[in-house]
Amino acid sequence: MSENPPVQDFATDFDHTDPQWVNNPYPIWEDLRQRCPVAHTNRYGGAWFPATHAGVSAVAKDTEHFTSRTVVMGNGRPGEEALPAPIGVAPPITSDPPFHQHARRLLLPAFAPGPINDLEPIIRQLCVDLIAKMGDDEIVNGGSGYAQYIPPAVISKMLGFPDEDLDTFLEFVHIVLEGIDHPAEQRMEEFAPIEEYFNKQIQEHIDNPKDDLTTYLLNAEIMGTQLSPEHVFGTMILVLVAGIDTTWSAIGASLWHLASHPEDLARLVNEPELMPVAVEEFLRFYAPVTMARLVKDDYEFQGCPMKKDDWVLLGFPAANRDPEAFEDADKFIIDRAENRHVAFGLGIHRCAGSNLARLELRIAIEEFIKRFPTFELADPEAVTWAQGQVRGPRNLPIRVRS
Amino acid sequence: MKVRIDADLCQGQGRCFSIAPQLFGFDDLGNGVVLKTDELTELELAQAQLAQSNCPEHAIFIEDN
Repeated sequence: MSENPPVQDFATDFDHTDPQWVNNPYPIWEDLRQRCPVAHTNRYGGAWFPATHAGVSAVAKDTEHFTSRTVVMGNGRPGEEALPAPIGVAPPITSDPPFHQHARRLLLPAFAPGPINDLEPIIRQLCVDLIAKMGDDEIVNGGSGYAQYIPPAVISKMLGFPDEDLDTFLEFVHIVLEGIDHPAEQRMEEFAPIEEYFNKQIQEHIDNPKDDLTTYLLNAEIMGTQLSPEHVFGTMILVLVAGIDTTWSAIGASLWHLASHPEDLARLVNEPELMPVAVEEFLRFYAPVTMARLVKDDYEFQGCPMKKDDWVLLGFPAANRDPEAFEDADKFIIDRAENRHVAFGLGIHRCAGSNLARLELRIAIEEFIKRFPTFELADPEAVTWAQGQVRGPRNLPIRVRS
Repeated sequence: MKVRIDADLCQGQGRCFSIAPQLFGFDDLGNGVVLKTDELTELELAQAQLAQSNCPEHAIFIEDN
């Protein structure tokens, strides 16, 4: 948990690691929308938080005044020389135009619906196996026993890493995600064994090209030049950071919702054709990812005097609850027909892995409710939510039979 | 009425081709493309409007020509 002093007023002193924000941020954001709607804090070296859909959308689409040089809010203002967080130089998430477009075009074909949909049988088998492992347990953990295994196993498969190394890979995932706001120097130390293992895998793929993402990246070119192994490594880490706790948070939050809303669970079990719209509503209501930008130069935004290198916390989850943008925004409507949610961001940095995330979310829920058509929270008070810019349940005990 | 995707606005959110696969497809980057380029039937118009109202980037346009 955060060691920062408790927040008295989120409008002038917000902190996304404050327990109130971590446990239930939605009333805070609703209050900010009515009062501000752009909150400020002197913490983190100075930061802003637009709480409305319009504010979030304007910042996300404005690459002239806001840079993606670093996208995870750290403890102070990053200097010009600082490595971009969270992953060092790994385009395109920390890139701005015009280079951004080249790096992004290179990555997108690997995550387009065609190749991603081919993964469906693998993901389904993975979910079935995880559920089988639960045996006859009365209480299972929807977080650490289910949601948290699915994305890393899929990413490891996509990268073409050996199945028998999955436990090692899970350890690396843990190091990468837990240390996301560590200072760059410490981070480089933590990364040493990861870099060593990944480089071994990269070399293995150079020697024996395969039909996977690693070989795809090794063959990829930016402006006629093949990517260096360092760039390939950086992109692998990006895929890992961006594709793992984000998706497991969405899966976990959806299971948490179904475990605490029996009427929605019953509808989904009885009307499986609702699944595609339900997935979009899970994504709107429990959008896990908040990004960050830095202000490029002094700039007045919606009446706020932003200074060069101020942070802007880009709350896609807050935008998704704005009543100006969504009818009954504070209600979860499982068959919501019109849903322009922004869970995957907006503009040129739209989540490149969104097709994969949706597929994993849909299959993870389908298989879970197929095996357990009724379930409930075993101990609502025991559920813990992750602190930081990715929100989802970590400990999620679910009673699947009585 | 015809439906059009503004390629400059489309970011490949993927909503249109999930909602109305008979009207929309995707290119190799995952961006939306219109498959049904001629006049929409009444049913197709309703599907196009549903896709439009789910596009976060406001990239879908339905126009009288």
